[in-house]
Amino acid sequence: MRSLRTVKERIARHFMLGIAIFTILFLLVIGLSLFFKALPVMKEKSLFVLLTSANWKPFKGEFGFLPYIISTFYVSLIAIIIALPFSLLTGIYLNSYASRKVRRFFEPVVDLLSGIPPVIYGVWGTLSIVPLISNKIAPRFVEFSSGYTVLAGGVVLAVMIIPLMVSIMLEVFRSIPREMTDASLSMGATRWQTVKKVILRRSLPGIIAATVLALSRAFGETMAVLMVCGNSPLIPHSIFDACYPLPALIANNYGEMLSMPDYESALMFSAFLLFIIVILFNGLSRITLNQIEKRFQLS
Amino acid sequence: MRIIEYEEKVFKVIMIGAAMIILGVLLYIIGTVFFKGLPSLSWDMITKLPGGGFYLGKEGGIVNAIVGSIYIIIGSLVISLILSVPLVMYINFFLARDSMFSNIIRFALDILFGIPSIVYGAFGFALMVYLGIRASLFGGIITVGMLIMPIMMRSFDEVTRLLPRDLPDALLSLGATKYEMSKVILRQLMPGLVSAILLAVGRGIGDAATVLFTAGYTDNIPVSLNQPAATLPLAIFFQLGSPVAEVQNRAYASAVVLTVMILILSFSARYFSSKFSKNKI
Repeated sequence: MRSLRTVKERIARHFMLGIAIFTILFLLVIGLSLFFKALPVMKEKSLFVLLTSANWKPFKGEFGFLPYIISTFYVSLIAIIIALPFSLLTGIYLNSYASRKVRRFFEPVVDLLSGIPPVIYGVWGTLSIVPLISNKIAPRFVEFSSGYTVLAGGVVLAVMIIPLMVSIMLEVFRSIPREMTDASLSMGATRWQTVKKVILRRSLPGIIAATVLALSRAFGETMAVLMVCGNSPLIPHSIFDACYPLPALIANNYGEMLSMPDYESALMFSAFLLFIIVILFNGLSRITLNQIEKRFQLS
Repeated sequence: MRIIEYEEKVFKVIMIGAAMIILGVLLYIIGTVFFKGLPSLSWDMITKLPGGGFYLGKEGGIVNAIVGSIYIIIGSLVISLILSVPLVMYINFFLARDSMFSNIIRFALDILFGIPSIVYGAFGFALMVYLGIRASLFGGIITVGMLIMPIMMRSFDEVTRLLPRDLPDALLSLGATKYEMSKVILRQLMPGLVSAILLAVGRGIGDAATVLFTAGYTDNIPVSLNQPAATLPLAIFFQLGSPVAEVQNRAYASAVVLTVMILILSFSARYFSSKFSKNKI
């Protein structure tokens, strides 16, 4: 005879297994439903045309995603170029130089930065970064710029991904065995030499993984970028041109296009594209980071 | 020797500079929002519904958006709690340690965590169209639930992994079933769970891209699940897009409201997680 306790145990176990399977399936369901929604437009135009044409006339059935794809990469690249040195230097500082007190102090700083909602970043961007670019920076290089530019998007995005990069880099640095840095220091190397020759060399895969992960986060960021990047569907030629990244395209047009199945499908295609790129980048960097963590546990 | 010492000093200064700039930017962001928003913030703002001509600069408040956001976050929190707690217990205590299956689940969570909120928004909307649901409180709850579920699962899993194994082992050796054991352990993990909840709430309440198509927008407080609901991030976004200066100022004031909420959530999460590390020892 089975007691009530074991029955409860069995029910709980099955329920939990169900949730676990659901979580994994959920990922597939999202991918598949975006794919099938995007299918009509992919049938009409070849993938090559969709990805490489700059001809965007949704009302005539022309869907060239090139301006959006280039904008997305451009903005994200600038964000990474700005964010990488800051987060790397801060990570090294907090890991190898800062006292415990300073580290304690910086934890909430990083937390807060990552907790600020995208809309607030957008408000901050329009209030401070956009005027700064249009009044101070852009006039030195080009005749006129509204300030709503690739650069503005890149700067705001950089601030948004810095906390993510700093916290992953700290984890990566922490995975370096203490003996290694101690050995280097005891041989008379300065702290900076140790950082250069031991820490950075050893954690290079982790730093790359953190960067790729941050890049995938940058690709998908919607609201803040949308508010500062100008949203013009042309290929940006300089950092002082307006741009129109994929997430902003979806956010600005989705919901209104139900009357046009082609248009809807095209927007779903961009969501699908985003999904695939993000999963690819995310997956690769997570695998690398998991391996680093495992090595840490072994040593 | 000289050059080495020189290099050491220079890089130390650069590093401290980088850290200071990051701190400075945080203060700059919060400062900008408060400086612009506080003058327009009034008691009416946070207690009144938008009045007639609100979007032309006449009187009224954004209580519809505040309440809408709170409704959505509570609903999505309930959904993700029901799923997160059992899942985390399952991968930590029911499955063998570092089993293939638990690693696959963790990997799936990492990927889900990385999916941009706009993709959840688009998927949520497609799902609602498929099911025939209009933009509503319910739609918003489901979509925000999708967004915060992986956040909560991951951060709760992280604290759960840190729990010493003595306690579960002791419980099991006394003859408890794993289900009974989980209930006891959950009590021990409570501060960790609370900080995971607060983290997820912070992320969910501030996200605009998920609710953009799924929750709709309204000047009233929704009274049933199939009515549209206003949300605070969208209130900021829409008001900021207005050409009227008064309305724009109210966008800044609304930004202050949201920022204060986030600050409170973030600091209380920190408080609870520090409590957890005390529990651990």
